[in-house]
This record gives sequence, structure tokens and C-alpha cells, in this order.
Amino acid sequence: MIALLVKELLSHGFEAVSLPDGEREIDGVYIGDLLSWVMGRAQMDNAWITIMTNVNVIAVASLADTSCVILAEGVEMPEDIVQTALEKEVNILRSSKPIYETALQLAELIS
Amino acid sequence: MSEPLIFHFDVDGENFTSAGQASTQVKKNLRQLGLSPDIIRRVSIAMYEGEINMVIHANGGTADVIVTEDYIEIILADKGPGIPNVEQAMQEGFSTATDSIRSLGFGAGMGLPNMKRYTDTMEIDTMVGVGTTITMYVYL
Repeated sequence: MIALLVKELLSHGFEAVSLPDGEREIDGVYIGDLLSWVMGRAQMDNAWITIMTNVNVIAVASLADTSCVILAEGVEMPEDIVQTALEKEVNILRSSKPIYETALQLAELIS
Repeated sequence: MSEPLIFHFDVDGENFTSAGQASTQVKKNLRQLGLSPDIIRRVSIAMYEGEINMVIHANGGTADVIVTEDYIEIILADKGPGIPNVEQAMQEGFSTATDSIRSLGFGAGMGLPNMKRYTDTMEIDTMVGVGTTITMYVYL
């Protein structure tokens, strides 16, 4: 299996919101908006799909060590939080698609 | 590393948005010590959950992390309301967080269970009206 890198998503319709470490490999996907649930269940190197955009998302992504956050449904992240993501070296991408379609697309790219 | 390393943090109870500063700093420190990503991840998640709990429920507190050759000990202490029923609080999904906390994505009732999940031992010392001290160990 060839590893999918975070930066490679840019050529598949995903938009970079914060991309300090595009070389990271994506290993699996986790979906969720309840932050503690995500911290308990997401695996290291997962791409994490969510619609949450508050600053705690950055802390959770950093501590749970996900490869990237993917904001589905085209949700906007406030600029100061994007700055925090860059400082904490958290990759964030955006998809205009709903969560389910975003996940389907990732499943196709990973397999 | 023969002498234990001790990191101390005051967790600000007022500032919900900056919660996680102590655990982020610990993550950095452990990385500099060259510990494995899995150990770092477990310690920082357990600590973050504890930090969030102290901000949500206890108006802050203190966090101490002791790193030895054999284990990492995390001590989270607050002077909050205490936990009336620890068994209930340990159940996944049980939460007393308010709606405003839930709107931030917390209050899933996973904090204490996650702390237990990611550490090797966890002890809760709590008294209603006095406070709570949680001691966790992760063995290296």
C-alpha cells in the first residue's frame, strides 16, 4: 500500500487552511465533533474529519497526534485559530463536501 | 537521567480557551527527552483531559509531572467541589458539564474514562467541598 501524504489531498479538491507539515502520512480516518470522544478513540496519524472550529480542536489534534484535521461542509475557521494551528504545527484542510462524502473520498484515496 | 525531572504548572480556571497549555508544554518536554510518540501521546491526552476537567469543574488547580527512568507520574490537584460519586463519574457518557461547555465540544463524559484508558494506574482522591487529587502513572 502506498502511503497517502497530507499534502497530496490538495490535488483532490481539498483546500489548505494550515499546512505546516504536509509530508505527514495519513493512516486511517476518524470522524467526530465531541472532543473527548475523539481523544479517546482517534488513532495516531488518523485524518480527523470534523465541523468543529474552536481553538480546542487544535489542542486535541496536537495531543492526539492526528496527521491532519479536515473541516467538512466548507466550514470556516477563524483566522486567530488558524494562526494557533500554524504555531502548534497542526495541519488543517477543508473540504466543501459533507462529512460522509469527504470520508468516502478519503477511503478511496487511502485504499 | 538519574534524578527525576519535575514539571509544575498552575492551571488557570478562568481561561477556557487556553486550556491545554500545561499538557502542550509537557508534550514538548517529553519530546525533548526522546520518549516514544506513544508514551508522549498517552501522557499528554490524560493530562489534557485532567486540565479540561479542572477548568470546567474546579476553577483551575495545579499539575505536576514527574519523569523518572521507570515511569511518568502525573498529579492533578484542585480545590473544586469534589466528586460526589466517583463510580458514576467514571462511566463513559456521564457528565455534569453545562450546555455552553458542550457547545465547545466537551462534556461527552469521556474525560475520566480517557484518563484511565491512557494511563497504567489512576487513583482519585476526592472529598465533596474540599477538592480532588488525581494521580496517574504511565510506566516506561
